[in-house]
Amino acid sequence: MSRLVVENLTKVFSLGFFSRRYIKAVNNISFDIKEGEIVSLVGESGSGKTTTAKMILRLIPPTSGRILFEGKDIWKDIKSQEALRDFRRKVHAVFQDPFASYNPFYPVERTLWQAVNLLEKSPSNKKEALELIKESLVRVGIDPKDILGKYPHQISGGQKQRVMIARCWILKPLLIIADEPTSMVDASSRGGIIQLLEELREEQGTSIMFITHDLGLAYYVSDNIFVMKDGEIVERGHPDKVVLEPTHEYSKLLVGSIPKLYRKLEGL
Amino acid sequence: MENVKAYYKLEEVTVKAVDDVSLEIFEDEVIGIVGESGSGKTTLSNVISMNIMKPLTLVEGKVFLKINGEFEEISSMSREEVKKKFWGKEITIVPQAAMNALMPTIKMSKYIEHLAQSHGIDKNELLSKAEKRFEEVGLDPLWLKRYPFELSGGMKQRAVIAIATILNPVLLIVDEPTSALDVVNQKIFLKVLMQMKKMGIVKSIVFITHDIATVRQIADRMVVMYAGKIAEISPIEEIVQKPLHPYTQGLLNSVLTPEPEIRKRGITTIPGAPPNLVNPPSGCRFHPRCSYAMDICKEKVPPLKEIEKNRKVACFLYMEERK
Repeated sequence: MSRLVVENLTKVFSLGFFSRRYIKAVNNISFDIKEGEIVSLVGESGSGKTTTAKMILRLIPPTSGRILFEGKDIWKDIKSQEALRDFRRKVHAVFQDPFASYNPFYPVERTLWQAVNLLEKSPSNKKEALELIKESLVRVGIDPKDILGKYPHQISGGQKQRVMIARCWILKPLLIIADEPTSMVDASSRGGIIQLLEELREEQGTSIMFITHDLGLAYYVSDNIFVMKDGEIVERGHPDKVVLEPTHEYSKLLVGSIPKLYRKLEGL
Repeated sequence: MENVKAYYKLEEVTVKAVDDVSLEIFEDEVIGIVGESGSGKTTLSNVISMNIMKPLTLVEGKVFLKINGEFEEISSMSREEVKKKFWGKEITIVPQAAMNALMPTIKMSKYIEHLAQSHGIDKNELLSKAEKRFEEVGLDPLWLKRYPFELSGGMKQRAVIAIATILNPVLLIVDEPTSALDVVNQKIFLKVLMQMKKMGIVKSIVFITHDIATVRQIADRMVVMYAGKIAEISPIEEIVQKPLHPYTQGLLNSVLTPEPEIRKRGITTIPGAPPNLVNPPSGCRFHPRCSYAMDICKEKVPPLKEIEKNRKVACFLYMEERK
């Protein structure tokens, strides 16, 4: 079953005061994400991939088109605060900059307490809640002692990103939108972050959408890749098809330019 | 380079950024230096070109440069002397983020004029040479009359390389030249670099980066640095097919490129973090993160030894002492 359906989604930004100009950031795109599926939205900066993510996260309204999550239109059918809370519980975001996701004045675990409070059945007492937090940290490979009581500047970028994923273990969302989750962590800890997200999918059946410019990452993790260019999806399909036999000019150029490890690029 | 030790001497501590490194750069080759941030790659490039300024100090070792068929020891000269005699003409370094050093309000041609002035060359002669060089890197010579803010990132990087190589240096050192560019511009830049070498504008290129896949595209040999030391030196094909040092293996296994081989083998991570170079670990500096670590690794520093033809590695796994 499709967990998320995006139909004819369009977002137009208007610029200027005297002479209005319109920019089609996202132009009539449609796709769907199934249960337990990992998809990637690949494109360069300005291709509209983050705008798409923001609309799915219900942060900015679309100009036209529909986004159906679990069969409900997220911009029309969510009316009460309670329904919005429920949506926030089920759709979770992991952003690019783990530094910006934390308030430097509060301990790191605050984000985890917030997640606990968002739960439908919050633990009855503080002790139980703390156990839940500790359990989630262990799941993402962090010793709770290393994190609890610490402030964001005291832990590394890779650890911050892991704590964000620990939130996912508490909330058990149905859909995770991961916007460049690995571009600000060291290459040596990147693999760990990807593995954690894959484990979530294995055990919880979580659907994950990666937003990235890194075709290598997309090729490695996805079941389906959508290549975006100037607000449109220009190529879509199985990673092997998109990467090994691209048909659109843009994806051909992109694939042909990425340095490879096991083969030399043509024309150097 | 022979047994070079270059440390950053700060008031209270000493950072051993390059520690006992010997390296030979051949004529007519592209050599790639890779490693994590803080592994001493950039310091090494500064030592090669004798761009040594406080707090960086050359503690030990010698650096030689072959000029007109004879080796000259440049490490015995002062920075000023090397700068005057060799920079630009024999050896050129394009530092990290060099394109951002272009002042947005100074015309490109002004940089050429400055260069002519400092090397005592006729201004117009160099300008016409610059026009030709701009064309060779795929830029319209008209851009010389423009300001840097009018150029895109990829064009700026090509303009920088055109200006840097205008006096046909023998050795060109480029530090992370492609990290700020998108993949399409990266490829164009690599193409320009290789073309320069084919045309004989530069003879040898030292390419410093953390991106192994890029190095693999252009380099003949690869040097892997870890915590201020060389872990492995090897011809590029061999190191990609069969990395010897456990650190090189870890590094290669964390590479994500869109290739079926990568999907098949999966990615692994190197546990832990690079060490602090004020107080590096004893013995082999990689031993706290190494899954093959033996007792000897904690006690002795593994020497860089040639174990196969042209392949050098600093690891006890490949030496007799392991027993």
